[in-house]
Amino acid sequence: MWDRNQMAARAAQELQDGWYVNLGIGIPTLVSNYIPEGIEVTLQSENGMLGMGPFPIAGDEDADLINAGKQTITELPQTSYFDSAQSFGMIRGGKIAMAILGAMEVAENGDLANWMIPGKLVKGMGGAMDLVAGVGRVVVVMDHTNKHGDSKVLKSCTLPLTGQSVVHRIITNLGVLDVVEGGLRIVETAEGVSEQQLRDATEATIV
Amino acid sequence: MKKIYPNAAAALDGLMHDGMFIASGGFGLCGIPELLLDAIKTAGTKDLTFASNNAGVDDFGIGILLQTKQVKKMISSYVGENAEFMRQYLSGELELEFNPQGTLAERMRAGGCGIPGFYTKTGVGTVIADGKEHKDFNGQTYILEEGIVADLAIVKAWKADATGNLMFRKTARNFNPPAAMCGKICVVEVEEIVETGSMDPDHIHLPGIYVHRIIQGDHEKRIEQRTVRSA
Repeated sequence: MWDRNQMAARAAQELQDGWYVNLGIGIPTLVSNYIPEGIEVTLQSENGMLGMGPFPIAGDEDADLINAGKQTITELPQTSYFDSAQSFGMIRGGKIAMAILGAMEVAENGDLANWMIPGKLVKGMGGAMDLVAGVGRVVVVMDHTNKHGDSKVLKSCTLPLTGQSVVHRIITNLGVLDVVEGGLRIVETAEGVSEQQLRDATEATIV
Repeated sequence: MKKIYPNAAAALDGLMHDGMFIASGGFGLCGIPELLLDAIKTAGTKDLTFASNNAGVDDFGIGILLQTKQVKKMISSYVGENAEFMRQYLSGELELEFNPQGTLAERMRAGGCGIPGFYTKTGVGTVIADGKEHKDFNGQTYILEEGIVADLAIVKAWKADATGNLMFRKTARNFNPPAAMCGKICVVEVEEIVETGSMDPDHIHLPGIYVHRIIQGDHEKRIEQRTVRSA
């Protein structure tokens, strides 16, 4: 079974040289620690930045320089800044090759739910709906089951959707699945996880 | 025409009325028009509708206007960091319209560009699409979203000249240009007013045509999530 860092490292294998990529909050943020040697990717922060650098060293924080999670960050030599309309213009316009996002539920048809639990405090979708509708490829990174042991990889989502048929690949602590015609296809299993274990933890149809 | 005003209260004089619609720049606490928000609190204008990506925190940003119950409705994409907001929302005192972040930005930009509506894929198949016109283009389904025109835009920039040409700094630009564009009147607060002609015309981010009143002041520029790495 993969831990958070191993899931992030696996997700980093999805990156291709020259891509512009958006990383969500949580495990997806860790992906930037594992970008493979020889692969150059430019990270977009949807509040208005391409070329996101690492967190600053103490004392170098700048209130005018934050990421989409509102954390202080730094710039790189290739960094550019722009306003929110242009930022989401490049997202909606398909210029961002891939988004790596967390999720509460994913369905076998690629439906994604990651913004709202009815009856619980709703904070808002932020840029998630725009990202999943606009970018070239959506990769979800999440635990395969919730804390009660129930599958988060479902036949159909029970929570309100963030996007309809938008997910291409799911990376969980148990393995990697692709959304294909008729259901999900197992791409690989995590170290120490059998295909049967992956199937047993998955409610969705595996083809 | 003189655009520079001595302070935020003077810059808002004659512009405020109960029930008005205000578009505000800022993302989180970054690049928010903190001086103008303070002045709106002092002015005591009520039943305000705000188009703003976020609602600040309890004691900073739009949060200070929630404390004084001056806000009737928020149009935002994310409001998670504000306890008073949640209290008023859950008790029904405050109306909330969630817009996806890019849809909100484009609604402002479009409104400022004379575009009353646009079609987007964002939100198709979600609750955001409920009740909205759907239309297919090239085999893909889109929904109609409407442009925003606000009574007033309040904006934070880094530098202005006397004619209102603006430069922003780093990610503090965010929603400020689209908010400025969608206001019938736009009031801007800056850290520095520079001599007209001292900014390279090629480096101006927002031309002064969008800017009607300008003030200069000291900004707290609070950091919401101070995050560092070891050296």
